[in-house]
Amino acid sequence: MSVIEVLAPGLLTTVQDLGRPGFGPMGVSAAGAADPLALQIGNRLVDNARGAAALEMTLLGGSFRFPEGAVVALAGSDFGPLLDDIPIEMWALIKLGPGQTLKLGPSRSGARCYLCVRGGIAAGMFLGSASTDVLSGLGGYNGRPLRKGDVLNIGETEGPFRKAALGSEALKKLSPRKVLRLTPGPQSDWFPESSQQLFYGNSYRVSEESNRMGLRLKGPPVLAGAGGGMITEGVSLGAIQIPEGGQPIILFVEQQTTGGYPKIANVISADLSSVGQLRPRDEVRFEKVSWEMARAALREQEALLSADALISG
Amino acid sequence: MLTPARGIVRFQPASDQSLIIYFGDEITIAAHQQVIRLLRLLETEPVAGIRNLNPGYCSLLISFDGLHLQHSDVEEILRPYIQRLDEVRLPEPRKVEIPVCYGNEYGPDLNDVAAFHGMTAEQVVNLHASVIYVVYFLGFVPGFAYLGGLRKELSTPRLPAPRPRVPRGSVGIAGEQTGVYPLATPGGWRLIGQTPIDMFRPEREEMSVLKIGDQVRFMPISPDKFAALKSQ
Repeated sequence: MSVIEVLAPGLLTTVQDLGRPGFGPMGVSAAGAADPLALQIGNRLVDNARGAAALEMTLLGGSFRFPEGAVVALAGSDFGPLLDDIPIEMWALIKLGPGQTLKLGPSRSGARCYLCVRGGIAAGMFLGSASTDVLSGLGGYNGRPLRKGDVLNIGETEGPFRKAALGSEALKKLSPRKVLRLTPGPQSDWFPESSQQLFYGNSYRVSEESNRMGLRLKGPPVLAGAGGGMITEGVSLGAIQIPEGGQPIILFVEQQTTGGYPKIANVISADLSSVGQLRPRDEVRFEKVSWEMARAALREQEALLSADALISG
Repeated sequence: MLTPARGIVRFQPASDQSLIIYFGDEITIAAHQQVIRLLRLLETEPVAGIRNLNPGYCSLLISFDGLHLQHSDVEEILRPYIQRLDEVRLPEPRKVEIPVCYGNEYGPDLNDVAAFHGMTAEQVVNLHASVIYVVYFLGFVPGFAYLGGLRKELSTPRLPAPRPRVPRGSVGIAGEQTGVYPLATPGGWRLIGQTPIDMFRPEREEMSVLKIGDQVRFMPISPDKFAALKSQ
């Protein structure tokens, strides 16, 4: 079996796939890649199943040695990849010879970059997924972010190597959005018109305390009207909850499964990948869209992801 | 939608791929049992395209595949389920005893909680261990049970600033809630004790010691008993 040796882990590198939805009754969060779009495209480039496990790097990438070589692709934000110190392309299939080293640096664009390896990362499965749940210490590589000296197994592969890259048209369509599209949350009518205008009319800054559980935003406080008496309930991925004080929190992939704060809105599914590319200090704005528009965006994204034309030879 | 015996059932979109069903807007055992009944019915007769279920005190969040379903489809599919809820037989609740070593390093906030209520630590322990609690649902993190039934005399506000790391097994109080931290996580509840039992064991078939609907009782134990159970 081929392996990957971790020479340097980077800031926060974990094994991720498309997560483990379906265990809400046990309080288990779905987890999964923060930018599932990048993960799936990276996997398509190396001819894996779309949801194969890969390495998710955050803000600062790591260094990885491949003693037996491998076929890889880098997807997501540009972390300045080097192959034995020579720059290589993002969003393209790269063949590594035995003993070669892949080195990534600080991000030049968004928060996350995926290292997809042909055959996938063969990591510990927990409830049907290899995704690392960092907070709970479950799944992935021993339930934790990678450290120097870790050795990961690569899944079995077969078949010929063929050159592949992402069409530039597709790349443009997939670039992360800084204006997130939202639909109303279950408690949006708790917020008076003045609060709604403030929320949709201003930009918010992503705070340093953001992580895979949630993104804390800073900006003009959004205040709920009188009433309240929120009873803890299940929360959906991308929900924007407003705690006391009015600073919004976007609940993200490792979110707690229930919450007791009112939710003014929810990021549409098609824009969740863009949330995964937000860095601390980035600014975001919000745009309210219809349910129909949210569904159309999801269908469009899926069509793009599954299209044969996505990958060019 | 009105079901005469059980009050109002309300559907509310939560995101483009989820909706939430409210059984009234109060924490009651009747609403809780409707949540369990719907959960049970959806587990025994699953609906294609429904991906996840997240119960709350009196609601159930339903996540679905937005490429194939929209809110109105899910509502239409679920209406007959809700009409059948009264037929669902709930099993006798399981009774679970959880040993807890109260105070000292096991429950660093026990004395503060006692002082807050003008009681002795012993009185707090006796009150906390004298009640049968109901597991309303699991949420927050894997295996964390939201328990109902804390004596009002013990209702205590959260810590002003949460601890960055609460030891696993810690038993805490926050407002009128009490519960056990199954994993070491950040947390703002007042810690009055600790259980040596692993509340969430991913290697076992039944991962969570507690599940929705269980009846729970805390049994005070000594530090020696704690050490003995911990080493098992």
